[in-house]
Amino acid sequence: MEKTINLTVNGETRSIAVDVNQTLLEVLREDLGLTGTKKGCNQGECGACTVLMDGKPVSSCLVLAVKADGKTVMTIEGVAKDGSLHPIQETFNQKGAIQCGFCTPGMILTTKNLLDKNPNPSLGEIKEAISGNICRCTGYVQIIEAITSLAKEKNARGGV
Amino acid sequence: MNKPNYTQVGRSVPRIDGPLKVKGEAIYTDDMVLPRMAYGKIKRSPYAHAIIKKIDYSKALELPGVIAVITGEDGPNKWGIVPQTANEVALAVGKVRFWGEGVAAVAAIDEETAEAALDLIEVEYEPLPVLLDPQESMQRANEVRIHEDAPENILHAGEQLFGDPDKAFAECTYVLEKEFHTSYVNHAFLEPHTALASFDTPSGQLQMWSSTQVPHYLHRQLSIVLEMPMNKIRVTLPAIGGAFGGKGEASPADFCAALLSRKIGRPVKVTYERSEVFATNKGRHPCHMKMKIGLDQDGYIQAIDFDNTLDGGAYAGWGIVVMFYTASMIHLPYKVPNARARVRRVYTNKPTCGAMRGLGGVQPRYAMECMLDEMAEMVGISPYELKMKNAVESGYLSVSNLHVPHTEYKKCLQTAVEKSGYLEKHGKLPFGKGIGLAGGYYISGTAYTLYQAYKPHTTVLIRVDTEGGVTVHCAAADIGQGCNTVMAQMAAEELGIRYEDVHVVSGDTETGTFDLGSFASRLTYASGVAIKDAAAQINQKLKEVAAGMVGCRADQLEIKDGRFYSKFEPKKAIEWEKVVDVYTNAVGTLVGIGHFSPPRLKGIDLTRGKRVQGANIGHSPTFGFSCQIWEVDVDLETGKIRVAKVTEAGDCGQAVNPMSVDGQVEGSIMFAMGQALYEEMRLDAEGKMINASLHDYKVPTAMELPEIDTTIVDSYDPTAPFGVKESGEGPVQPTIPAITNAVYDAIGVRFTDLPITPEKVLRALKEKQALNSECSGS
Ligand code: FES
Ligand code: FES
Repeated sequence: MEKTINLTVNGETRSIAVDVNQTLLEVLREDLGLTGTKKGCNQGECGACTVLMDGKPVSSCLVLAVKADGKTVMTIEGVAKDGSLHPIQETFNQKGAIQCGFCTPGMILTTKNLLDKNPNPSLGEIKEAISGNICRCTGYVQIIEAITSLAKEKNARGGV
Repeated sequence: MNKPNYTQVGRSVPRIDGPLKVKGEAIYTDDMVLPRMAYGKIKRSPYAHAIIKKIDYSKALELPGVIAVITGEDGPNKWGIVPQTANEVALAVGKVRFWGEGVAAVAAIDEETAEAALDLIEVEYEPLPVLLDPQESMQRANEVRIHEDAPENILHAGEQLFGDPDKAFAECTYVLEKEFHTSYVNHAFLEPHTALASFDTPSGQLQMWSSTQVPHYLHRQLSIVLEMPMNKIRVTLPAIGGAFGGKGEASPADFCAALLSRKIGRPVKVTYERSEVFATNKGRHPCHMKMKIGLDQDGYIQAIDFDNTLDGGAYAGWGIVVMFYTASMIHLPYKVPNARARVRRVYTNKPTCGAMRGLGGVQPRYAMECMLDEMAEMVGISPYELKMKNAVESGYLSVSNLHVPHTEYKKCLQTAVEKSGYLEKHGKLPFGKGIGLAGGYYISGTAYTLYQAYKPHTTVLIRVDTEGGVTVHCAAADIGQGCNTVMAQMAAEELGIRYEDVHVVSGDTETGTFDLGSFASRLTYASGVAIKDAAAQINQKLKEVAAGMVGCRADQLEIKDGRFYSKFEPKKAIEWEKVVDVYTNAVGTLVGIGHFSPPRLKGIDLTRGKRVQGANIGHSPTFGFSCQIWEVDVDLETGKIRVAKVTEAGDCGQAVNPMSVDGQVEGSIMFAMGQALYEEMRLDAEGKMINASLHDYKVPTAMELPEIDTTIVDSYDPTAPFGVKESGEGPVQPTIPAITNAVYDAIGVRFTDLPITPEKVLRALKEKQALNSECSGS
């Protein structure tokens, strides 16, 4: 059964006919071609499919597309502005927080949510925030270093 | 030899594919959609061991949207990473040997339809007895045989004897013998296997995109299974979402996609679910090991006797290689004058074991480092002192003919001990807190090769012209470890330009030159040699042109920072681009081509087969070393082990990209910690995997991350290109024994099987308590 949903994805309003049992992940990847959102488990366990829905991180593999009706969704493709990298993206790149890159989109969106809410997270808060995003490559250290340095920068700039 | 002054090598630089990855624009195989592409799905066996009596897929074919169904008969040729033991098939033929083995595959217009079709395929099985334990498998081989050509249910067994261990043991002051068991673990890379095949019927060409770390091996296996010449097949690697050995062989996804695509003349994509990643496993071999070590009165190792039964699962895979590696790994990083290894790799009805980060080293290292820890106590010295005494030095040649041209192992031990305060803490912390030390090493630059000839393992072609600048071509696989960036740095160093100005074309069997693949920690060394060789040819030609422009002899020119200059009058200089311009205007595109073959050492005898001792490890031109010290708190109430701190020091030679080395080391530490403390695939009595998901198979998250302090010790191997060694697999070696030794220091219990779960800790504490009260009661 199909249903038409309206949602704002990366600032653009879209109206899409979706199957009622399609997940948001499937709609993003297959219908909208936003393949930056990754599928690592399809069971809500790895965080590779994390997107921000109304500003909050969700595992898009667990969200039925129909539940995204009327919502605002940000995927990794919406993070860079006008072709230039967001500071989080820039810092992940500079600090070696990426290896295979499969966890990276989800990790960056989780980080964005964390820093938007809390510009000065403690180490414990950072670990907790990214604990739903598995990274099998980096051992998390350089990811956490990247996030910590962003927090410091934010503080230095007066919490922008 | 002094380290040269490098400008591009030794620089911590971002990955060249970093920007695409942070933007979410790196394309992985499953991100690709081609016109008319069909979706493939594999039907899997619910039995771990059964005869396939009948497969009826007529109903599946009737389902609207289903395009084709294939079974084992559609591509029955046996494939395998080791040609001599190849016994796998794309889909089961006649019999299934593990739970989850593929029996049929469907191509349909979408995934949903393909999945629905799987339910309509009727398979009739006759279940057979299931063998899950290697001992039982050997004992019951007369009655239950997994492979017809392996009457004892053994893939292969081997013995390696060096010196006279029996005589040596008889003269030893301290002898210890123990058993160790390692667990059944999976790589859990984040991107499931995926393959996209596009067969062009008119030309008979097959284009494959695959999530693999071995494009060349996949290329070859496809040629065998599809009975197509290799020159009609092209393998291309999109971005790869981690591999750790788990993509170090072809996978049935590749074959099913290719067979289906050829059958229907349309592109077909097969992407695994996470449960299928577990079902097709190829992870680390559980090893059942007996080790005996003898020391003389001063604590010097005199002999090692090692017996290892490897639980191989259903098929051969990398098995024979892993088996011989475990035997060879006991010869370093300590001097062992006499050694014997008896090893056998046994078939069981489990998803097959294969290659996993640090292949063949992790298991014997666990046994050996734990035993030396215990033996230090027997001798009455600290484990550090015992290991320092026995540690190898540069120039060491083992009895098994492993040649160590250069090592800073002792410096690793010293650094980690000093930085962690090990000597002040070991044996002195309150009950429940402990500190443990372990060392390790790994091969660097060699690889198991399927070619019984002196075929180079890597070829690099460097192209220079005014249109593309500098392009490095090599069919190596960047699986996330960062080899493309490292190759760019090394090429830039040698050519005297900046790494940012080097393009790398890799991961493609058509546009890249030959490379064996990303495994065995071989690429930095191997590509380094080939790059140097190729770049030297280019430099020579450019220097001849530059000489006229600068006004000095070609052999007096240096190239650095994008300039050619006279080494006697550095002011006489000319820009690199200008020289290229002049050269290419006159002659055209400039290319250099370099090759790498590992040196031939005595440790291997390819021609006489049976007399091989030491497996391909004998070829390793150098070795990486490291030491780890772990500090743990054992919660006496819950049995939980909390890691407080890890101090690591590693000898990876000259680090090409130190930031990337740190990433490899930290990643290795967390990876191996998972095996030590949490991870294990579990099967029920029928051989069905009961935790085939990331919910039930727990890998470490950021919450388990301890404080990690790593040091790249100052090192430069003068025999290696740019002084390099490996850093991606050595650091997994010390982790498990270091944790085990720390737990021993904390609670006086030595765990000899993995993982060390809270339940095991609590049980051990209880037993210890009972024993204590018994003793005090008597
Ligand atoms: S794919 Fe959604 S959490 Fe793993
Ligand atoms: S970089 Fe590979 S999973 Fe995080």
